Amino acid sequence: MPESLTSAAYLAAAVLFILALRGLSHPDSSRRGNLFGMVGMAIAILATLSHAGMSFAGYGLIVLGLAIGGSIGVFVALRIQMTALPQLVAAFHSLVGMAAVFVAASALNAPQAFGIGEPGAIHLESLIEMSIGLAIGAITFSGSVIAFAKLQALMRGAPITFPFQHQINLAIAVAIVLLIVAFVATGGLQPLFWVIAALAFLLGFLLIIPIGGADMPVIVSMLNSYSGWAASGIGFTIQNLALIITGALVGSSGAILSYIMCKGMNRSIINVLLGGFGTDTSAAGAGGPGVGDRTVKSGAAEDAAFILKNASKVIVVPGYGMAVAQAQHALREMADTLKAEGVEVKYAIHPVAGRMPGHMNVLLAEANVPYDEVFELEQINNEFSTADVAYVIGANDVTNPAAKTDPTSPIYGMPILEVDKAKTVLFVKRSMASGYAGVENELFFRPNTMMLFGDAKKMTEEIVQALGH
Amino acid sequence: MNPHDLANEATTLAARAQELAQHAEAYAAAGIPAHAGAPFILLLTIFVLACFVGYYVVWNVTPALHSPLMAVTNAISSVIIVGAMLAAGLAATGAGMSFGFLAVLLASVNIFGGFVVTQRMLQMFRKKTK
Repeated sequence: MPESLTSAAYLAAAVLFILALRGLSHPDSSRRGNLFGMVGMAIAILATLSHAGMSFAGYGLIVLGLAIGGSIGVFVALRIQMTALPQLVAAFHSLVGMAAVFVAASALNAPQAFGIGEPGAIHLESLIEMSIGLAIGAITFSGSVIAFAKLQALMRGAPITFPFQHQINLAIAVAIVLLIVAFVATGGLQPLFWVIAALAFLLGFLLIIPIGGADMPVIVSMLNSYSGWAASGIGFTIQNLALIITGALVGSSGAILSYIMCKGMNRSIINVLLGGFGTDTSAAGAGGPGVGDRTVKSGAAEDAAFILKNASKVIVVPGYGMAVAQAQHALREMADTLKAEGVEVKYAIHPVAGRMPGHMNVLLAEANVPYDEVFELEQINNEFSTADVAYVIGANDVTNPAAKTDPTSPIYGMPILEVDKAKTVLFVKRSMASGYAGVENELFFRPNTMMLFGDAKKMTEEIVQALGH
Repeated sequence: MNPHDLANEATTLAARAQELAQHAEAYAAAGIPAHAGAPFILLLTIFVLACFVGYYVVWNVTPALHSPLMAVTNAISSVIIVGAMLAAGLAATGAGMSFGFLAVLLASVNIFGGFVVTQRMLQMFRKKTK
Protein backbone atom coordinates (compact mmCIF):
# COMPACT_ATOMS: atom_id res chain seq x y z
CA MET A 1 0.00 0.00 0.00
CA PRO A 2 1.46 3.43 -0.87
CA GLU A 3 2.38 5.55 2.11
CA SER A 4 -0.27 8.19 1.49
CA LEU A 5 -2.98 5.53 1.53
CA THR A 6 -1.64 4.10 4.81
CA SER A 7 -1.72 7.57 6.32
CA ALA A 8 -5.29 8.03 5.13
CA ALA A 9 -6.21 4.73 6.78
CA TYR A 10 -4.70 5.88 10.07
CA LEU A 11 -6.64 9.12 9.80
CA ALA A 12 -9.86 7.18 9.20
CA ALA A 13 -9.12 5.06 12.28
CA ALA A 14 -8.58 8.18 14.40
CA VAL A 15 -11.87 9.69 13.19
CA LEU A 16 -13.71 6.45 13.97
CA PHE A 17 -12.24 6.48 17.48
CA ILE A 18 -13.54 10.02 18.00
CA LEU A 19 -16.97 8.83 16.84
CA ALA A 20 -16.74 5.91 19.28
CA LEU A 21 -16.33 8.35 22.17
CA ARG A 22 -19.01 10.61 20.70
CA GLY A 23 -21.46 7.69 20.75
CA LEU A 24 -21.17 7.45 24.51
CA SER A 25 -23.11 10.69 24.94
CA HIS A 26 -26.25 8.56 25.10
CA PRO A 27 -26.88 4.87 25.84
CA ASP A 28 -28.86 4.49 22.60
CA SER A 29 -26.01 5.61 20.38
CA SER A 30 -23.31 3.97 22.48
CA ARG A 31 -23.46 0.50 20.94
CA ARG A 32 -23.02 1.92 17.45
CA GLY A 33 -20.15 4.00 18.81
CA ASN A 34 -18.40 0.89 20.09
CA LEU A 35 -18.80 -0.65 16.65
CA PHE A 36 -17.10 2.41 15.12
CA GLY A 37 -14.23 1.86 17.54
CA MET A 38 -13.84 -1.77 16.46
CA VAL A 39 -13.92 -0.85 12.77
CA GLY A 40 -11.34 1.88 13.39
CA MET A 41 -9.03 -0.59 15.10
CA ALA A 42 -9.47 -3.13 12.30
CA ILE A 43 -8.57 -0.47 9.71
CA ALA A 44 -5.46 0.55 11.65
CA ILE A 45 -4.32 -3.07 11.97
CA LEU A 46 -4.98 -3.90 8.30
CA ALA A 47 -3.20 -0.77 7.12
CA THR A 48 -0.17 -1.72 9.17
CA LEU A 49 -0.22 -5.30 7.88
CA SER A 50 -0.05 -4.02 4.32
CA HIS A 51 3.10 -2.05 5.09
CA ALA A 52 5.80 -2.69 2.52
CA GLY A 53 8.77 -4.82 3.46
CA MET A 54 7.24 -6.86 6.25
CA SER A 55 9.18 -10.07 6.73
CA PHE A 56 7.50 -13.47 6.55
CA ALA A 57 8.61 -14.28 10.08
CA GLY A 58 7.23 -10.92 11.16
CA TYR A 59 3.78 -11.79 9.81
CA GLY A 60 3.97 -15.07 11.71
CA LEU A 61 4.79 -13.28 14.97
CA ILE A 62 2.02 -10.72 14.46
CA VAL A 63 -0.64 -13.32 13.74
CA LEU A 64 0.55 -15.43 16.66
CA GLY A 65 0.47 -12.43 19.01
CA LEU A 66 -2.97 -11.38 17.84
CA ALA A 67 -4.31 -14.93 18.20
CA ILE A 68 -2.94 -15.57 21.70
CA GLY A 69 -3.59 -12.08 23.04
CA GLY A 70 -7.00 -11.86 21.39
CA SER A 71 -8.13 -15.19 22.85
CA ILE A 72 -7.01 -14.23 26.33
CA GLY A 73 -8.74 -10.86 26.02
CA VAL A 74 -12.03 -12.27 24.79
CA PHE A 75 -11.98 -15.06 27.37
CA VAL A 76 -11.39 -12.67 30.27
CA ALA A 77 -13.86 -10.07 29.02
CA LEU A 78 -16.64 -12.64 28.69
CA ARG A 79 -15.99 -14.26 32.05
CA ILE A 80 -15.46 -11.20 34.25
CA GLN A 81 -18.07 -10.36 36.89
CA MET A 82 -19.36 -6.82 36.54
CA THR A 83 -18.47 -6.15 40.19
CA ALA A 84 -14.83 -6.92 39.30
CA LEU A 85 -14.80 -4.33 36.51
CA PRO A 86 -12.53 -1.80 38.28
CA GLN A 87 -9.71 -4.31 38.70
CA LEU A 88 -10.14 -5.51 35.12
CA VAL A 89 -9.76 -1.97 33.83
CA ALA A 90 -6.72 -1.47 36.07
CA ALA A 91 -5.19 -4.66 34.66
CA PHE A 92 -5.86 -3.50 31.11
CA HIS A 93 -4.17 -0.17 31.83
CA SER A 94 -1.10 -1.99 33.01
CA LEU A 95 -0.94 -3.85 29.69
CA VAL A 96 -1.01 -0.61 27.69
CA GLY A 97 1.81 0.69 29.87
CA MET A 98 3.89 -2.43 29.36
CA ALA A 99 3.19 -2.46 25.61
CA ALA A 100 4.51 1.11 25.48
CA VAL A 101 7.69 -0.01 27.25
CA PHE A 102 8.16 -2.86 24.76
CA VAL A 103 7.55 -0.67 21.71
CA ALA A 104 10.05 1.86 23.06
CA ALA A 105 12.55 -0.97 23.55
CA SER A 106 12.02 -2.22 20.01
CA ALA A 107 12.39 1.31 18.64
CA LEU A 108 15.74 1.53 20.43
CA ASN A 109 16.87 -1.85 19.09
CA ALA A 110 15.47 -1.56 15.58
CA PRO A 111 15.07 2.14 14.74
CA GLN A 112 15.15 1.40 10.99
CA ALA A 113 11.73 -0.26 11.32
CA PHE A 114 10.28 3.16 12.11
CA GLY A 115 12.60 5.24 9.94
CA ILE A 116 14.05 7.09 12.91
CA GLY A 117 17.73 6.34 12.31
CA GLU A 118 20.19 3.50 12.69
CA PRO A 119 21.08 1.59 15.86
CA GLY A 120 23.43 3.81 17.79
CA ALA A 121 22.53 6.78 15.59
CA ILE A 122 18.89 7.46 16.40
CA HIS A 123 17.61 10.97 15.79
CA LEU A 124 17.91 13.15 18.86
CA GLU A 125 14.24 14.09 18.82
CA SER A 126 13.17 10.44 18.66
CA LEU A 127 15.40 9.58 21.62
CA ILE A 128 13.74 12.26 23.74
CA GLU A 129 10.26 11.12 22.78
CA MET A 130 11.20 7.47 23.25
CA SER A 131 12.44 7.96 26.79
CA ILE A 132 9.39 10.01 27.77
CA GLY A 133 7.07 7.35 26.33
CA LEU A 134 9.10 4.71 28.17
CA ALA A 135 8.92 6.50 31.54
CA ILE A 136 5.17 7.17 31.36
CA GLY A 137 4.52 3.64 30.13
CA ALA A 138 6.51 2.10 32.97
CA ILE A 139 4.80 4.27 35.61
CA THR A 140 1.42 3.32 34.13
CA PHE A 141 2.34 -0.35 34.30
CA SER A 142 3.50 -0.63 37.89
CA GLY A 143 0.94 1.90 39.18
CA SER A 144 -1.86 -0.08 37.56
CA VAL A 145 -0.53 -3.33 38.96
CA ILE A 146 -0.75 -1.87 42.47
CA ALA A 147 -4.22 -0.45 41.78
CA PHE A 148 -5.24 -3.89 40.54
CA ALA A 149 -3.82 -5.59 43.64
CA LYS A 150 -5.68 -3.20 45.92
CA LEU A 151 -8.98 -3.55 44.06
CA GLN A 152 -8.67 -7.33 43.86
CA ALA A 153 -7.86 -7.34 47.61
CA LEU A 154 -4.52 -9.03 46.90
CA MET A 155 -3.09 -6.32 49.12
CA ARG A 156 -4.78 -4.29 51.81
CA GLY A 157 -6.72 -1.30 50.54
CA ALA A 158 -5.40 0.81 53.40
CA PRO A 159 -2.85 3.49 52.55
CA ILE A 160 0.75 2.42 53.10
CA THR A 161 2.78 5.36 54.33
CA PHE A 162 6.33 5.74 55.55
CA PRO A 163 8.57 8.68 56.47
CA PHE A 164 9.96 10.87 53.68
CA GLN A 165 7.67 9.13 51.20
CA HIS A 166 7.11 12.20 49.05
CA GLN A 167 10.73 13.29 49.20
CA ILE A 168 11.79 9.84 48.01
CA ASN A 169 9.28 9.95 45.15
CA LEU A 170 10.48 13.39 44.17
CA ALA A 171 14.12 12.22 44.24
CA ILE A 172 13.27 9.29 41.97
CA ALA A 173 11.42 11.60 39.57
CA VAL A 174 14.42 13.94 39.42
CA ALA A 175 16.73 10.97 38.86
CA ILE A 176 14.55 9.80 35.96
CA VAL A 177 14.73 13.24 34.32
CA LEU A 178 18.53 13.36 34.73
CA LEU A 179 18.90 9.85 33.32
CA ILE A 180 16.75 10.80 30.33
CA VAL A 181 19.12 13.71 29.68
CA ALA A 182 22.09 11.34 29.94
CA PHE A 183 20.35 8.77 27.72
CA VAL A 184 19.73 11.35 25.01
CA ALA A 185 23.20 12.88 25.34
CA THR A 186 24.90 9.50 24.94
CA GLY A 187 22.88 8.76 21.82
CA GLY A 188 20.73 6.08 23.43
CA LEU A 189 22.82 3.77 25.62
CA GLN A 190 21.00 0.47 26.14
CA PRO A 191 21.78 0.11 29.91
CA LEU A 192 20.54 3.65 30.63
CA PHE A 193 17.28 2.77 28.92
CA TRP A 194 16.68 -0.09 31.34
CA VAL A 195 17.72 1.93 34.39
CA ILE A 196 15.13 4.55 33.42
CA ALA A 197 12.57 1.76 33.02
CA ALA A 198 13.43 0.28 36.44
CA LEU A 199 13.22 3.63 38.22
CA ALA A 200 9.93 4.45 36.52
CA PHE A 201 8.52 1.07 37.59
CA LEU A 202 9.59 1.85 41.14
CA LEU A 203 8.04 5.32 41.00
CA GLY A 204 4.69 3.98 39.73
CA PHE A 205 4.67 1.47 42.56
CA LEU A 206 5.53 4.05 45.23
CA LEU A 207 3.04 6.59 43.90
CA ILE A 208 0.03 4.29 44.30
CA ILE A 209 0.74 2.41 47.55
CA PRO A 210 -0.15 5.36 49.84
CA ILE A 211 -3.57 5.72 48.24
CA GLY A 212 -6.56 4.16 49.96
CA GLY A 213 -9.25 1.97 48.43
CA ALA A 214 -12.00 4.55 48.12
CA ASP A 215 -9.73 6.97 46.27
CA MET A 216 -9.37 4.36 43.56
CA PRO A 217 -11.89 6.04 41.21
CA VAL A 218 -9.47 8.94 40.90
CA ILE A 219 -6.44 6.69 40.55
CA VAL A 220 -8.00 4.41 37.95
CA SER A 221 -9.00 7.51 35.94
CA MET A 222 -5.53 8.97 36.31
CA LEU A 223 -3.86 5.79 35.13
CA ASN A 224 -6.30 5.76 32.21
CA SER A 225 -5.00 9.19 31.37
CA TYR A 226 -1.36 8.09 31.73
CA SER A 227 -1.90 5.15 29.40
CA GLY A 228 -3.07 7.66 26.80
CA TRP A 229 -0.06 9.93 27.27
CA ALA A 230 2.24 6.92 27.03
CA ALA A 231 0.60 5.96 23.72
CA SER A 232 1.04 9.52 22.45
CA GLY A 233 4.70 9.54 23.51
CA ILE A 234 5.29 6.38 21.51
CA GLY A 235 3.30 7.93 18.64
CA PHE A 236 5.73 10.85 18.57
CA THR A 237 8.69 8.46 18.70
CA ILE A 238 7.60 6.42 15.71
CA GLN A 239 5.84 9.37 14.01
CA ASN A 240 2.48 7.68 13.77
CA LEU A 241 -0.56 9.95 13.59
CA ALA A 242 -3.15 7.36 14.67
CA LEU A 243 -1.20 6.80 17.85
CA ILE A 244 -0.66 10.48 18.59
CA ILE A 245 -4.32 11.37 18.10
CA THR A 246 -5.69 8.39 20.00
CA GLY A 247 -3.26 8.90 22.84
CA ALA A 248 -4.37 12.53 23.12
CA LEU A 249 -8.04 11.49 23.18
CA VAL A 250 -7.47 8.89 25.88
CA GLY A 251 -5.19 11.15 27.86
CA SER A 252 -7.70 13.98 27.99
CA SER A 253 -10.55 11.56 28.69
CA GLY A 254 -8.77 10.15 31.73
CA ALA A 255 -7.83 13.63 32.90
CA ILE A 256 -11.45 14.79 32.73
CA LEU A 257 -12.64 11.72 34.63
CA SER A 258 -10.00 12.34 37.32
CA TYR A 259 -11.20 15.93 37.58
CA ILE A 260 -14.86 14.87 37.90
CA MET A 261 -13.95 12.33 40.58
CA CYS A 262 -11.91 14.87 42.55
CA LYS A 263 -14.74 17.37 42.36
CA GLY A 264 -17.10 14.66 43.59
CA MET A 265 -14.99 14.51 46.75
CA ASN A 266 -14.12 18.20 46.91
CA ARG A 267 -10.45 17.31 46.95
CA SER A 268 -7.61 18.36 44.71
CA ILE A 269 -5.74 15.83 42.62
CA ILE A 270 -2.60 16.73 44.58
CA ASN A 271 -4.39 15.93 47.82
CA VAL A 272 -5.43 12.53 46.47
CA LEU A 273 -1.96 11.79 45.09
CA LEU A 274 -0.27 12.63 48.36
CA GLY A 275 -2.31 9.75 49.70
CA GLY A 276 -2.76 8.56 53.24
CA PHE A 277 -6.36 9.75 53.29
CA GLY A 278 -8.86 7.84 55.37
CA THR A 279 -8.54 4.63 57.25
CA ASP A 280 -9.56 1.14 56.29
CA THR A 281 -13.19 0.57 57.23
CA SER A 282 -12.34 -2.69 58.96
CA ALA A 283 -9.76 -0.91 61.08
CA ALA A 284 -11.99 2.03 61.98
CA GLY A 285 -13.86 2.03 65.28
CA ALA A 286 -16.31 -0.74 64.60
CA GLY A 287 -18.49 -0.34 67.64
CA GLY A 288 -21.85 -2.07 67.73
CA PRO A 289 -25.20 -0.27 67.69
CA GLY A 290 -25.33 2.63 70.07
CA VAL A 291 -21.81 4.00 69.81
CA GLY A 292 -20.99 6.11 72.83
CA ASP A 293 -23.99 7.26 74.82
CA ARG A 294 -26.14 7.91 71.79
CA THR A 295 -28.71 5.45 70.65
CA VAL A 296 -29.72 4.44 67.19
CA LYS A 297 -32.99 2.96 66.10
CA SER A 298 -32.46 -0.35 64.41
CA GLY A 299 -35.13 -2.34 62.67
CA ALA A 300 -35.80 -5.68 61.06
CA ALA A 301 -36.65 -6.44 57.46
CA GLU A 302 -40.40 -6.55 58.30
CA ASP A 303 -40.29 -3.00 59.68
CA ALA A 304 -38.50 -1.77 56.58
CA ALA A 305 -40.96 -3.58 54.32
CA PHE A 306 -43.88 -1.94 56.13
CA ILE A 307 -42.37 1.54 55.72
CA LEU A 308 -41.50 0.95 52.07
CA LYS A 309 -44.93 -0.43 51.21
CA ASN A 310 -46.65 2.62 52.65
CA ALA A 311 -44.42 5.07 50.84
CA SER A 312 -45.40 6.72 47.58
CA LYS A 313 -41.85 7.62 46.53
CA VAL A 314 -38.62 5.77 47.32
CA ILE A 315 -35.12 6.85 46.29
CA VAL A 316 -32.43 4.18 46.41
CA VAL A 317 -28.85 5.29 47.12
CA PRO A 318 -26.38 2.53 46.25
CA GLY A 319 -22.72 2.53 47.26
CA TYR A 320 -19.68 0.30 47.17
CA GLY A 321 -21.26 -1.94 49.82
CA MET A 322 -23.93 -2.94 47.30
CA ALA A 323 -21.21 -4.04 44.87
CA VAL A 324 -19.35 -6.01 47.54
CA ALA A 325 -22.53 -7.82 48.59
CA GLN A 326 -23.66 -8.28 44.94
CA ALA A 327 -27.01 -6.89 46.06
CA GLN A 328 -28.03 -5.26 42.77
CA HIS A 329 -30.31 -8.09 41.64
CA ALA A 330 -32.10 -8.30 44.99
CA LEU A 331 -32.43 -4.53 44.88
CA ARG A 332 -34.10 -4.57 41.48
CA GLU A 333 -36.45 -7.28 42.71
CA MET A 334 -37.38 -5.09 45.67
CA ALA A 335 -37.99 -2.16 43.34
CA ASP A 336 -40.17 -4.32 41.06
CA THR A 337 -42.28 -5.47 44.01
CA LEU A 338 -42.67 -1.89 45.20
CA LYS A 339 -43.56 -0.64 41.73
CA ALA A 340 -46.23 -3.33 41.52
CA GLU A 341 -47.67 -1.80 44.69
CA GLY A 342 -47.75 1.60 43.01
CA VAL A 343 -44.65 3.04 44.66
CA GLU A 344 -42.42 5.31 42.58
CA VAL A 345 -38.80 4.11 42.69
CA LYS A 346 -35.73 6.07 41.56
CA TYR A 347 -32.01 5.60 41.99
CA ALA A 348 -29.53 8.31 42.98
CA ILE A 349 -25.85 7.91 42.08
CA HIS A 350 -23.08 9.90 43.68
CA PRO A 351 -20.16 10.60 41.29
CA VAL A 352 -17.64 8.73 43.46
CA ALA A 353 -19.87 5.82 44.48
CA GLY A 354 -18.04 2.55 43.90
CA ARG A 355 -14.47 2.00 42.82
CA MET A 356 -14.48 3.48 39.32
CA PRO A 357 -16.44 6.20 37.52
CA GLY A 358 -19.91 4.95 36.60
CA HIS A 359 -19.45 1.69 38.53
CA MET A 360 -22.94 1.79 40.11
CA ASN A 361 -24.64 2.53 36.79
CA VAL A 362 -23.15 -0.59 35.25
CA LEU A 363 -24.17 -2.79 38.18
CA LEU A 364 -27.73 -1.48 38.13
CA ALA A 365 -27.88 -1.94 34.37
CA GLU A 366 -26.63 -5.49 34.87
CA ALA A 367 -29.59 -6.12 37.17
CA ASN A 368 -31.91 -4.80 34.42
CA VAL A 369 -32.67 -1.51 36.10
CA PRO A 370 -33.77 0.76 33.22
CA TYR A 371 -31.29 3.62 32.82
CA ASP A 372 -34.06 6.22 32.82
CA GLU A 373 -34.77 5.40 36.49
CA VAL A 374 -31.15 6.16 37.45
CA PHE A 375 -30.16 9.77 38.16
CA GLU A 376 -27.00 11.73 38.85
CA LEU A 377 -26.56 13.82 41.98
CA GLU A 378 -27.49 17.20 40.45
CA GLN A 379 -30.55 15.77 38.73
CA ILE A 380 -32.12 14.20 41.79
CA ASN A 381 -30.84 16.00 44.87
CA ASN A 382 -33.83 18.31 45.23
CA GLU A 383 -36.21 15.36 44.99
CA PHE A 384 -35.25 13.91 48.37
CA SER A 385 -37.50 16.44 50.11
CA THR A 386 -40.48 14.94 48.29
CA ALA A 387 -39.43 11.34 48.92
CA ASP A 388 -40.96 9.25 51.67
CA VAL A 389 -38.04 6.88 51.96
CA ALA A 390 -34.35 7.05 51.11
CA TYR A 391 -33.02 3.50 50.94
CA VAL A 392 -29.25 3.79 51.44
CA ILE A 393 -27.54 0.53 50.61
CA GLY A 394 -23.80 0.26 51.12
CA ALA A 395 -23.16 4.00 50.99
CA ASN A 396 -22.15 6.20 53.90
CA ASP A 397 -19.85 9.20 53.48
CA VAL A 398 -21.69 10.43 50.38
CA THR A 399 -24.80 10.99 52.53
CA ASN A 400 -23.10 12.55 55.54
CA PRO A 401 -24.55 16.00 56.32
CA ALA A 402 -21.30 16.87 58.11
CA ALA A 403 -19.96 17.62 54.62
CA LYS A 404 -22.24 20.64 54.62
CA THR A 405 -22.37 21.62 58.27
CA ASP A 406 -19.03 20.81 59.90
CA PRO A 407 -16.06 22.80 58.56
CA THR A 408 -13.67 20.69 60.64
CA SER A 409 -14.76 17.44 59.00
CA PRO A 410 -12.33 15.85 56.52
CA ILE A 411 -15.18 15.58 54.05
CA TYR A 412 -16.34 19.19 54.45
CA GLY A 413 -17.37 20.68 51.11
CA MET A 414 -17.94 17.36 49.41
CA PRO A 415 -21.23 17.37 47.50
CA ILE A 416 -23.60 14.91 49.18
CA LEU A 417 -26.87 13.23 48.38
CA GLU A 418 -29.32 14.95 50.71
CA VAL A 419 -31.00 11.81 51.99
CA ASP A 420 -31.63 13.56 55.33
CA LYS A 421 -34.42 15.52 53.62
CA ALA A 422 -36.45 12.36 53.02
CA LYS A 423 -39.18 11.55 55.57
CA THR A 424 -37.50 8.30 56.54
CA VAL A 425 -33.96 7.11 55.93
CA LEU A 426 -33.30 3.38 55.83
CA PHE A 427 -29.60 2.54 56.17
CA VAL A 428 -28.53 -0.95 55.19
CA LYS A 429 -25.15 -1.48 56.84
CA ARG A 430 -23.17 -4.29 58.33
CA SER A 431 -22.19 -2.40 61.48
CA MET A 432 -21.86 1.09 62.91
CA ALA A 433 -18.36 1.36 61.47
CA SER A 434 -17.63 4.72 59.98
CA GLY A 435 -17.03 5.09 56.27
CA TYR A 436 -13.82 5.47 54.33
CA ALA A 437 -13.16 8.98 55.55
CA GLY A 438 -13.30 7.74 59.14
CA VAL A 439 -16.03 10.23 59.96
CA GLU A 440 -19.05 9.33 62.05
CA ASN A 441 -22.33 9.89 60.26
CA GLU A 442 -24.72 11.72 62.56
CA LEU A 443 -27.61 10.69 60.33
CA PHE A 444 -27.52 7.31 62.08
CA PHE A 445 -28.68 8.93 65.31
CA ARG A 446 -31.57 10.92 63.88
CA PRO A 447 -35.09 9.96 64.95
CA ASN A 448 -36.26 9.47 61.37
CA THR A 449 -33.42 7.08 60.55
CA MET A 450 -33.76 3.34 60.86
CA MET A 451 -30.64 1.19 60.69
CA LEU A 452 -30.99 -2.20 59.03
CA PHE A 453 -27.97 -4.15 60.23
CA GLY A 454 -26.88 -6.98 58.02
CA ASP A 455 -25.48 -7.98 54.66
CA ALA A 456 -26.86 -5.73 51.94
CA LYS A 457 -28.02 -8.59 49.76
CA LYS A 458 -29.48 -10.71 52.54
CA MET A 459 -31.31 -7.76 54.08
CA THR A 460 -32.79 -6.70 50.75
CA GLU A 461 -33.91 -10.26 50.01
CA GLU A 462 -35.60 -10.44 53.40
CA ILE A 463 -37.41 -7.19 52.66
CA VAL A 464 -38.60 -8.60 49.32
CA GLN A 465 -39.95 -11.62 51.19
CA ALA A 466 -41.63 -9.48 53.80
CA LEU A 467 -43.19 -7.34 51.08
CA GLY A 468 -44.78 -10.46 49.63
CA HIS A 469 -46.83 -11.10 52.77
CA MET B 1 26.02 37.69 -30.09
CA ASN B 2 29.50 36.40 -30.82
CA PRO B 3 30.83 33.15 -29.41
CA HIS B 4 33.20 35.00 -27.11
CA ASP B 5 30.40 36.87 -25.30
CA LEU B 6 28.44 33.69 -25.09
CA ALA B 7 31.34 31.90 -23.45
CA ASN B 8 31.79 34.75 -20.99
CA GLU B 9 28.13 34.68 -20.01
CA ALA B 10 28.25 30.93 -19.54
CA THR B 11 31.24 31.26 -17.23
CA THR B 12 29.45 33.90 -15.13
CA LEU B 13 26.38 31.72 -14.86
CA ALA B 14 28.44 28.71 -13.86
CA ALA B 15 30.14 30.73 -11.14
CA ARG B 16 26.76 31.90 -9.90
CA ALA B 17 25.42 28.35 -9.86
CA GLN B 18 28.38 27.17 -7.86
CA GLU B 19 27.85 29.99 -5.40
CA LEU B 20 24.22 29.01 -4.96
CA ALA B 21 25.14 25.38 -4.49
CA GLN B 22 27.53 26.38 -1.73
CA HIS B 23 24.76 28.34 -0.05
CA ALA B 24 22.46 25.34 -0.20
CA GLU B 25 25.15 23.16 1.33
CA ALA B 26 25.63 25.68 4.10
CA TYR B 27 21.90 25.71 4.83
CA ALA B 28 21.82 21.92 4.95
CA ALA B 29 24.76 21.85 7.33
CA ALA B 30 23.10 24.46 9.54
CA GLY B 31 20.83 21.79 10.90
CA ILE B 32 17.71 21.51 8.87
CA PRO B 33 16.80 17.90 9.64
CA ALA B 34 17.49 15.32 7.00
CA HIS B 35 14.11 13.66 7.45
CA ALA B 36 11.76 16.54 6.88
CA GLY B 37 8.86 14.09 6.46
CA ALA B 38 7.01 14.93 9.65
CA PRO B 39 8.54 17.85 11.51
CA PHE B 40 7.98 17.80 15.25
CA ILE B 41 5.90 20.97 15.20
CA LEU B 42 3.42 19.37 12.81
CA LEU B 43 3.01 16.33 15.06
CA LEU B 44 2.69 18.61 18.07
CA THR B 45 -0.03 20.63 16.32
CA ILE B 46 -1.99 17.47 15.65
CA PHE B 47 -1.48 16.31 19.23
CA VAL B 48 -2.70 19.56 20.75
CA LEU B 49 -5.73 19.74 18.48
CA ALA B 50 -6.57 16.12 19.32
CA CYS B 51 -6.43 17.00 23.03
CA PHE B 52 -9.04 19.67 22.41
CA VAL B 53 -11.23 17.28 20.43
CA GLY B 54 -10.93 14.78 23.28
CA TYR B 55 -11.81 17.46 25.82
CA TYR B 56 -15.05 18.47 24.11
CA VAL B 57 -16.11 14.96 23.15
CA VAL B 58 -15.54 13.52 26.61
CA TRP B 59 -17.42 16.29 28.42
CA ASN B 60 -20.40 15.22 26.33
CA VAL B 61 -20.26 11.66 27.62
CA THR B 62 -23.13 10.97 30.00
CA PRO B 63 -21.87 10.16 33.53
CA ALA B 64 -23.88 6.93 33.48
CA LEU B 65 -21.51 5.64 30.81
CA HIS B 66 -18.23 6.57 32.47
CA SER B 67 -17.30 2.92 33.05
CA PRO B 68 -17.77 1.96 29.39
CA LEU B 69 -15.84 5.13 28.50
CA MET B 70 -12.85 3.89 30.48
CA ALA B 71 -13.07 0.44 28.95
CA VAL B 72 -13.33 1.74 25.39
CA THR B 73 -10.55 4.33 25.78
CA ASN B 74 -8.48 1.47 27.05
CA ALA B 75 -9.22 -0.54 23.96
CA ILE B 76 -8.47 2.27 21.54
CA SER B 77 -5.26 3.33 23.28
CA SER B 78 -4.06 -0.14 22.35
CA VAL B 79 -3.72 1.18 18.80
CA ILE B 80 -0.14 1.19 20.06
CA ILE B 81 -0.26 -2.25 18.43
CA VAL B 82 0.56 -0.42 15.19
CA GLY B 83 4.03 0.33 16.52
CA ALA B 84 4.35 -3.18 17.88
CA MET B 85 3.45 -4.71 14.51
CA LEU B 86 5.95 -2.56 12.64
CA ALA B 87 8.65 -3.64 15.09
CA ALA B 88 7.75 -7.31 14.77
CA GLY B 89 7.50 -7.15 11.00
CA LEU B 90 10.32 -4.82 9.99
CA ALA B 91 12.95 -5.15 12.70
CA ALA B 92 16.25 -6.53 11.51
CA THR B 93 17.40 -7.65 14.95
CA GLY B 94 16.09 -10.46 17.11
CA ALA B 95 15.70 -8.11 20.07
CA GLY B 96 13.61 -5.64 18.07
CA MET B 97 11.37 -8.43 16.79
CA SER B 98 10.92 -10.02 20.23
CA PHE B 99 9.95 -6.76 21.89
CA GLY B 100 7.58 -6.13 19.01
CA PHE B 101 6.00 -9.55 19.44
CA LEU B 102 5.52 -9.09 23.20
CA ALA B 103 3.91 -5.70 22.60
CA VAL B 104 1.59 -7.17 19.94
CA LEU B 105 0.56 -9.83 22.44
CA LEU B 106 -0.21 -7.40 25.28
CA ALA B 107 -1.96 -4.89 23.06
CA SER B 108 -4.19 -7.55 21.51
CA VAL B 109 -5.35 -8.70 24.95
CA ASN B 110 -6.44 -5.11 25.48
CA ILE B 111 -8.02 -4.56 22.10
CA PHE B 112 -10.16 -7.68 22.12
CA GLY B 113 -10.82 -7.64 25.86
CA GLY B 114 -11.57 -3.92 25.92
CA PHE B 115 -14.06 -3.89 23.06
CA VAL B 116 -15.81 -7.07 24.24
CA VAL B 117 -16.22 -5.90 27.82
CA THR B 118 -17.44 -2.50 26.60
CA GLN B 119 -19.99 -4.19 24.37
CA ARG B 120 -21.12 -6.37 27.29
CA MET B 121 -21.64 -3.29 29.44
CA LEU B 122 -23.45 -1.32 26.75
CA GLN B 123 -25.80 -4.22 26.00
CA MET B 124 -27.09 -3.92 29.56
CA PHE B 125 -28.11 -0.28 29.35
CA ARG B 126 -31.76 -0.55 28.38
CA LYS B 127 -34.77 1.71 28.69
CA LYS B 128 -37.94 0.84 30.56
CA THR B 129 -39.68 -2.02 28.77
CA LYS B 130 -43.36 -1.35 28.92
